[in-house]
Amino acid sequence: MPPRTFKVNGRPVTVDIEDDVRLLWVLRDVLGITGPKYGCGINVCKACTSHINGRAFNPCSVPVSAIQPTDEVTTIEGLPDTVGADLHPMQEAWIDRDVPQCGYCQPGQIMAAVDLVKKVKADGGSITDDDIDEIRNMCACGTYSRIREAIKQGAENM
Amino acid sequence: MPAKHRSAPRPSRRPADRTRPTVAGMERRRFLGYLIAAPTLAVGVKLTADSVLEANALPSPTPEVSEVYDLSDLLLDSTRATANLITIVVNEDGTVSFSIPRAESGQGITTTAAVLIAEEMGIDVSDVNVTLADARPELLFNQQTQGSASVISIYTPVRVAAALARGRLVEAAATILGDEAENLRTTGGRVLSTAGSSVPFAELAAAAANSVTREAITELKPVDEFEIIGTDTRRDDVVAAVTGRKNYTMDLDVPEALPTMIARPPTIKGTVESVNNLDQVRTMPGVTDVVEISTDAEPGRGTTSSAVAVRARTFGQCIDAVNALDITWGGGNVDDESDETILEQLRAADAPANLPSPTPLDEVGGVVPLATDALGEVGPVEALEQEFVFYWRSNAAMEPNVAIADVRDGEAEVWTPSQIPIVTQSQLAQVLGMTPAQVTVHVPRGGGAFGRRLFSDAALDAARVSQEIGKPVRLMWHRADECRAGRVHPMCISRVKATYSPSLGEVVSFEQRQTSVATDYTESLGDMITSQAAKLPFANELTLSQTVFLLTASVPYDLGAIVFGYNEIFDFDRFATGSVRNLNNQDFRPAQELMVDQLAAKLGEDPMEFRLNRVEDERAKAVLEAVRDEGDWGRDLPEGVAQGVVVHNEYKGSVAILAEVDTRPETAEREIRGATTGPRVRKVTVAVDVGLAINPLGLKAQMEGGVMTGISHVFTGSLHLRDGNFLEGSWDDYRYTRHWNAPPEIDVIVMPPSGDRPGGAGELAVGAATAAVACAYARAVGEMPTSFPIGHTKDVPFEVKKFVPPLPPSPTDGLTAYPTPSAAGPAFNPAS
Repeated sequence: MPPRTFKVNGRPVTVDIEDDVRLLWVLRDVLGITGPKYGCGINVCKACTSHINGRAFNPCSVPVSAIQPTDEVTTIEGLPDTVGADLHPMQEAWIDRDVPQCGYCQPGQIMAAVDLVKKVKADGGSITDDDIDEIRNMCACGTYSRIREAIKQGAENM
Repeated sequence: MPAKHRSAPRPSRRPADRTRPTVAGMERRRFLGYLIAAPTLAVGVKLTADSVLEANALPSPTPEVSEVYDLSDLLLDSTRATANLITIVVNEDGTVSFSIPRAESGQGITTTAAVLIAEEMGIDVSDVNVTLADARPELLFNQQTQGSASVISIYTPVRVAAALARGRLVEAAATILGDEAENLRTTGGRVLSTAGSSVPFAELAAAAANSVTREAITELKPVDEFEIIGTDTRRDDVVAAVTGRKNYTMDLDVPEALPTMIARPPTIKGTVESVNNLDQVRTMPGVTDVVEISTDAEPGRGTTSSAVAVRARTFGQCIDAVNALDITWGGGNVDDESDETILEQLRAADAPANLPSPTPLDEVGGVVPLATDALGEVGPVEALEQEFVFYWRSNAAMEPNVAIADVRDGEAEVWTPSQIPIVTQSQLAQVLGMTPAQVTVHVPRGGGAFGRRLFSDAALDAARVSQEIGKPVRLMWHRADECRAGRVHPMCISRVKATYSPSLGEVVSFEQRQTSVATDYTESLGDMITSQAAKLPFANELTLSQTVFLLTASVPYDLGAIVFGYNEIFDFDRFATGSVRNLNNQDFRPAQELMVDQLAAKLGEDPMEFRLNRVEDERAKAVLEAVRDEGDWGRDLPEGVAQGVVVHNEYKGSVAILAEVDTRPETAEREIRGATTGPRVRKVTVAVDVGLAINPLGLKAQMEGGVMTGISHVFTGSLHLRDGNFLEGSWDDYRYTRHWNAPPEIDVIVMPPSGDRPGGAGELAVGAATAAVACAYARAVGEMPTSFPIGHTKDVPFEVKKFVPPLPPSPTDGLTAYPTPSAAGPAFNPAS
């Protein structure tokens, strides 16, 4: 159980915890980074969606031992810094459209949306309804229609 | 404003048929509040049923408040204790604070309250800070969040308090500005004189403070002078929510409150017989405590369910320790029950059709407004009869059941997003052996509620563990617990028998009988239900849930002689039940509207015209016409695609929903890995009239959310009961509407104000959306579905997770799998 060192939101962190503890709990219970939410613990609801080295992943399903010293983890708290602004364009779109109701799933929704738009753009395309249909992030308030609009709006400014 | 969400053109704010007094010289209504002794300006009003609120609750057009509750009444009231006030404080920095005795779980009541205060005081909405009050038992039944009633109940009291505060600020400013108070106005947090000079609230907060508490009278801003009410206001916490800074209960920094989870029995309300490896589990990494607790959620009933709690450094270590426990389990409450056995019992309890029936309900059928007079001579009639089955549904929110509890030294401090904090406080006192005064209940903002937080389950769990081990705990239910031990909307059947006269072209009678597994309403007892119940002639004969049914069930159309009734099976706590958003109407209305479509077809009428011809309420007619026009009712659609339309009146509002469902194979059989695809609701048009919409942007959000829940109810969202527990163990198993099911197009029309008071919105759209989607689906496939959700009996399209050990272990492949293959089977079409 050696101490683990990696980067979270641009800062190096070191944690002393058993190897098999999933990263979500290391972030939340050990480091106090509470933006990623628990919704299922088995990688189906996607409420904890964050980024590792710029790509979406779900820390509820990654043992801390799988995180390498060179890995950079970004949670919703660190998203604005990735574009050097107070807010990421996707967050601005979310605010503009007044997307959240309870808000619990929205950090994960935003992190998933940013990843999807980056992927679509890297493939040389632009975001479509079919792309959005494949997002797995659950929302029990039913904010899906505003999320759909916000993703398209946010994508224009990314 | 989102391009697809537009309001109808805003007309004059003063409806033509208003009954406000207009006689010259007639005084405006006056309201009583209190100026409170405090360092800065503080004002208060009562939020009790015996003050302003009672008069406010009277429907319009009725006598004005001053006619039924005049100044002398108010002054009489003023001699009473002032403990039960809700208060508004003007801070030294000029901002305004208000602690609202309601839950905020996404429905937007804090934003609504901020709008009301900002409007009345002349301050920016962003300078009003609304927080949630701790449990305040002195408020009696006036601290509960349910029945879409919050905006109805706070509308006048909050404005009265704000108006009093404004009045005091203006008085204080008059001296400084050297002008008469009546010449001054307030805007942007400043008091302005006619000469153009101004003074900010910040400079008046102390000057306007009161040295003694006393009553004061105020008037309210006239409706036709509203500037903020009726315009779009974003949520007060939208920035916090999208930046991860919004703190939910599990995000609160409470020292030493370590993660805690529970090993629950494999069947509903089971018990622990023995724990066979306690010492071993106590030494597992991170684990600090393992303890058996009662999980009896109905204190005082003598029930016995129990479980084992684990406290550890992280929730991940809690999950591992819970699953490592070797527990010998005793039986549960319903071990022999499955969907099939429940259905048999429901059918056996179903009251026979045709009046008179043996239930006490019908004995008073002519007293309460449930039955209309039968038509006269109608000639030969024909009959339609159909039973509809509605399976179990979960009202789980994204944030699970959560509570932090610190029970030490004869005191308890608890944080939980309760919809009924006073009840929570009293139940905690009961199980902890304390007085309510020893129990503090804080109410953090919740991650969804939907009726689930009308119960204190997690708070009781947390407090019991904390008391037992003498340490603070941060207790969260695992998602598997949410599915299997969580409150469920009870399975029920709804049977409709209608007769119609082909020669007359009219419906002659419409009878609808609902039979349900008992719904637990006990923890949500409050003045809203009990006071209404007391007014019904058979209150002592019938149960609370029948009262709820009678208060909510309705038929918006003239369908001849209308009768409906409600039966229950089982004690209220045999299953862990509760009401999902919109209570009975998510079942009652779909069954009814599907039969209305059948009747329209029998009588050769278009579904829209049939409804328009028989709708009994002008507002309901207007919203129907709005969706007909805006939603392009009757447009040409390919085979397999169809529209459905319904209208629904509830919570002092009216909503019409037009849904368009695509059942064509190329749509219904879309392959998205691990997705329940199936028929797609591709376009929804909603028209809503809540009287006076305080915040149309928030109102639309509630309609949109209600539509998503309705879609889930029609196609896939259900729990399968088998041998004493539910098969679903997580999201994906429980198939609530997802992105791939959500309508690509949804259009919400907020009708022009039809009154000067707001109605409720949180639940208004759910039953209506369920019904509209069901009707559209029936028309698209040419066959009426009679079992909901329609996918329920088709398949169990997931691998059932183990019951022992109780929690599905977290995967380890999250860096390489998105989605994880364990969750991603082939696509499932519930309609196939």
